[in-house]
Amino acid sequence: MEPSALGNVASLAYSLPEIVLGAAVVLLFLLDLVVTRKETLGDVALVTLALVVVLSARLLWGDSAALYNGAVVVDGFALFFKLLLALAAFATVWMSLGSREIQKNGTGEYWAVLLASTLGLLFMASSTNLLMAYLALEFVSLTSYVLSGFMRHSRRASEASLKYLIYGGVASGTMIYGMSWVYGLAGSLDFRAIHTALMSGQGAALPLYVALLLTLAGLGYKVAAFPFHMWAPDVYQGAPIPVTAFLAVGSKAAGFALMIRFFFTAMAQSVGAGVYQLVGGVDWSQLILVLSMVTMTFGNLAAVAQQGNVKRLLAYSSIAHAGYMLMGFAVLNDDGLRAMLFYLTVYYLMNLGAFVVVMLVANSTGREDLAGYRGLAWRGGALPAVAMAIFLFSLTGLPPLAGFVGKFYLFAAVVEKQLYLLAVVGVLNSVVSLVYYARIVRTMFLEQPTGGEGVVAVDWHNGLLLGLLTIGTLVLGVAWGPLIDFAGRSTHFLAY
Amino acid sequence: MPTNVLTWMIFLPLVGAIVVLCLPRNAANLIRGTATFFTIPPLIMAVWLYQHFDRATSDMQFVTKIPWIPSFNIQYFIGVDGISITMVLLTALLSFICIIASFGIEKAMKAYFALFLLLDAAMMGVFCALDFFLFFVFWEVMLLPMYFLIGIWGGPRREYAAIKFFLYTMVGSVLMLVAMLALYFYAEPHTFDLLELASRSGSYSTGFQRIAWIGLFIGFAIKIPAFPFHTWLPDAHVEAPTAISVILAGVLLKMGTYGILRINYPILPAATLDFAFYLLIALGTWNIVYGALCAMAQTDFKKLIAYSSISHMGYVMFGMATMTSEGINGAVLQMFNHGTVTAMLFLLVGVIYDRAHHREINGFGGLAGIMPFYTGWTALAFFAAMGLPGLSAFISEVLVLLGGWRSYPALTIVSASAVVLTAGYMLWTMQRIYLGKANEKYVGLPDINGREIFTLVPLGIIVVVLGVYPRPVLDLINASLVHLNQVVAGKAQVALATAGNMVP
Repeated sequence: MEPSALGNVASLAYSLPEIVLGAAVVLLFLLDLVVTRKETLGDVALVTLALVVVLSARLLWGDSAALYNGAVVVDGFALFFKLLLALAAFATVWMSLGSREIQKNGTGEYWAVLLASTLGLLFMASSTNLLMAYLALEFVSLTSYVLSGFMRHSRRASEASLKYLIYGGVASGTMIYGMSWVYGLAGSLDFRAIHTALMSGQGAALPLYVALLLTLAGLGYKVAAFPFHMWAPDVYQGAPIPVTAFLAVGSKAAGFALMIRFFFTAMAQSVGAGVYQLVGGVDWSQLILVLSMVTMTFGNLAAVAQQGNVKRLLAYSSIAHAGYMLMGFAVLNDDGLRAMLFYLTVYYLMNLGAFVVVMLVANSTGREDLAGYRGLAWRGGALPAVAMAIFLFSLTGLPPLAGFVGKFYLFAAVVEKQLYLLAVVGVLNSVVSLVYYARIVRTMFLEQPTGGEGVVAVDWHNGLLLGLLTIGTLVLGVAWGPLIDFAGRSTHFLAY
Repeated sequence: MPTNVLTWMIFLPLVGAIVVLCLPRNAANLIRGTATFFTIPPLIMAVWLYQHFDRATSDMQFVTKIPWIPSFNIQYFIGVDGISITMVLLTALLSFICIIASFGIEKAMKAYFALFLLLDAAMMGVFCALDFFLFFVFWEVMLLPMYFLIGIWGGPRREYAAIKFFLYTMVGSVLMLVAMLALYFYAEPHTFDLLELASRSGSYSTGFQRIAWIGLFIGFAIKIPAFPFHTWLPDAHVEAPTAISVILAGVLLKMGTYGILRINYPILPAATLDFAFYLLIALGTWNIVYGALCAMAQTDFKKLIAYSSISHMGYVMFGMATMTSEGINGAVLQMFNHGTVTAMLFLLVGVIYDRAHHREINGFGGLAGIMPFYTGWTALAFFAAMGLPGLSAFISEVLVLLGGWRSYPALTIVSASAVVLTAGYMLWTMQRIYLGKANEKYVGLPDINGREIFTLVPLGIIVVVLGVYPRPVLDLINASLVHLNQVVAGKAQVALATAGNMVP
């Protein structure tokens, strides 16, 4: 029996995380007027997000349900992402509380905007309607523009924000145009209704292909896939470090969530045993396959060419990682999805960890360029240097670190589908990525400080976060069983 | 101890690494002592293994098998047979020796010894692993400590050498990863268990075997290193600190040939027969000759030894490729012998470098008069490397060539004549460094000291003993190799003589 969608009032019980988050946004704006010590607002945001994590986790034991007459759902897939996104936001707030950049520009609305952005991300992960998806995505975009331009007195940040806005505007305009084609072809914006219409043979393949391409522009923009990645290097470089981390981890994850749900529930058909089949006569898995290869190759090669700014380098690396994750998308089965979910979690740990180290260095020395890392291990910064090495080698995909396990599952899914070309391109890309990750490691360990780089100190606040992320990266490298099982359980979508 | 002895051997060094990291930074002798302490139990266990190893069977012994990730059929599965036990013994011995040889390290000692012990654990793991996934993990874990050990404690061009080593090996290992996954999904039910994979080898199509074989082979060939993947080796060896050069040449190179014997041979026998008879044999011959010629052209003492390693590893490939009992026994024996001989050579280069701070062959002269004991040890090692009868390498090289004679007379003649080249560069080096008029710059150099002799003695004894009586090693490996030979030959239905092994 197919459950039907719940009405608005009945849905509220399932929306506690969003309600709490929404209320906290309003509360923070109000508190901003009366509280003089702005860090307090950060603490409030932190507690809120912890609460959101707990509330989302609680829903894991409940039933799946379609909410608000089919606009959003609560299912294993959505909850996995809600947990991941709330944790990403939690870590971002934690980072922000220890960031010199944020403290210098200390205003109260930062925390409120950050939480609002998180709210949008949660809706992206759970929407099952194109309109809802678009609104959530735009909401995230608008708040991200504000966050990335948050350092108002920095020219670089303003430029980043403006570029982000312009690219974002184009991408979302393209996407909503594509959605209008989908609507025209399928007669509905609801994922399930689109699926039904395509199954019944409605809509010709070519216009549908155009519609998909256009829609992909908006989604590709969020996950920073080639050729919609152009904003990423400038924005990553210009935005405050915690915001960059948030965009690299949170935005990307939510973009993938929406992309997976749209393609797998509206544009594909489950044929049992965790295998999907294309509907509507559009072979989008080939498209994704090509996109994946091009994205990782471009991201890695561009990163190799980066000699200066570490944040910019990490931006290109995040493009490459979007490419890796798309591999799991192209194989059209649960194994691939499971690998993607697992990889996103691992990516959260290691990428965020790398940004924490970047922030520590910037906090102490105000530098983000590679030369600022020279001999880091030999001038008091041994702990952050070791942690950074662990994160970078994990990003490269070397065992016994979590990043290897993530890549292992991605490649396994690809090889299982016998897409050997993709597999070989993927592994060779890992070798290319070693070139630039090892360059940072070399600068930290193999080069001697020449003096004048400054001392990097670790305070307990940032050190705790760094320690947790490091331990996570190490532990998931040898004992990943529970997480992969959880990811495997979370690959099912609610068919209501 | 009996069942878990291998696990202890793998993880004790790892525990040691953690303990070393917890020691105070300035307690130099405590750090050295602790690091040494953690390599002694594996050495004792290795001796115990040697005594209790059942030489009559080709089965895996001292096996431990625990599920690791059941949902993907990944196991913690370790054990040794005749092929791996020699490598385990070698690793245990060289790790201990190299820790002693590293006592001169001053810079960031704690990190050095911790990384070294981590490397030790990973090397043991590679030789013991019987699950492909586990094998791969240990294989890759070796890269990180090696990168830092070369990169931080190496010579002037250490950064370049370290990253070059890292990138080369990584290219090989990612191809291995793809081949490993392909094997996993090709076998029904899916498994990483190397023994299971081997037992089903009959069901793999020849086309699939060939592709997988090449993927794996590139990974292993880079490690050996086989021409044309050898260019990382001279750089890495020259820049690495002495003890790390010893480990590189003594243990890491063997992993390439070991991997081929452990994985390519039993799991992909049809492809092995295809490729062994032209690719492997040709590469082997070429390695022998090319390595020797390159060695002859070197003026850097260490680089010369590095190229001589390439040449000597050629014999291993040559012997393996002959697919005869003599050849393959000779190959594995050569792996062991080269491990000891080349370790001595690198230790000896280290001795002179520590004193003169350069390795220019033409920059010395007449050292025999200044450092007589050192010269004596060098002579032993040089003669061993040349393959002088009565020393260990002679036996293994002769076995290899005997194995090759039946099927490849022409190539065998070429390989055998390369011995002349080896003698040429070795004796020429001997003459330039040790004989002739003493270079007055080095008149006051102290002779080899007690610690240095201590590291050479066990190797020297092995070289001499195995030179006259190779049975201790041959008995260990024979049963497994006869079995392996039968598997490869039998599976591909090619009647090959598996006549009784050649034991002098």
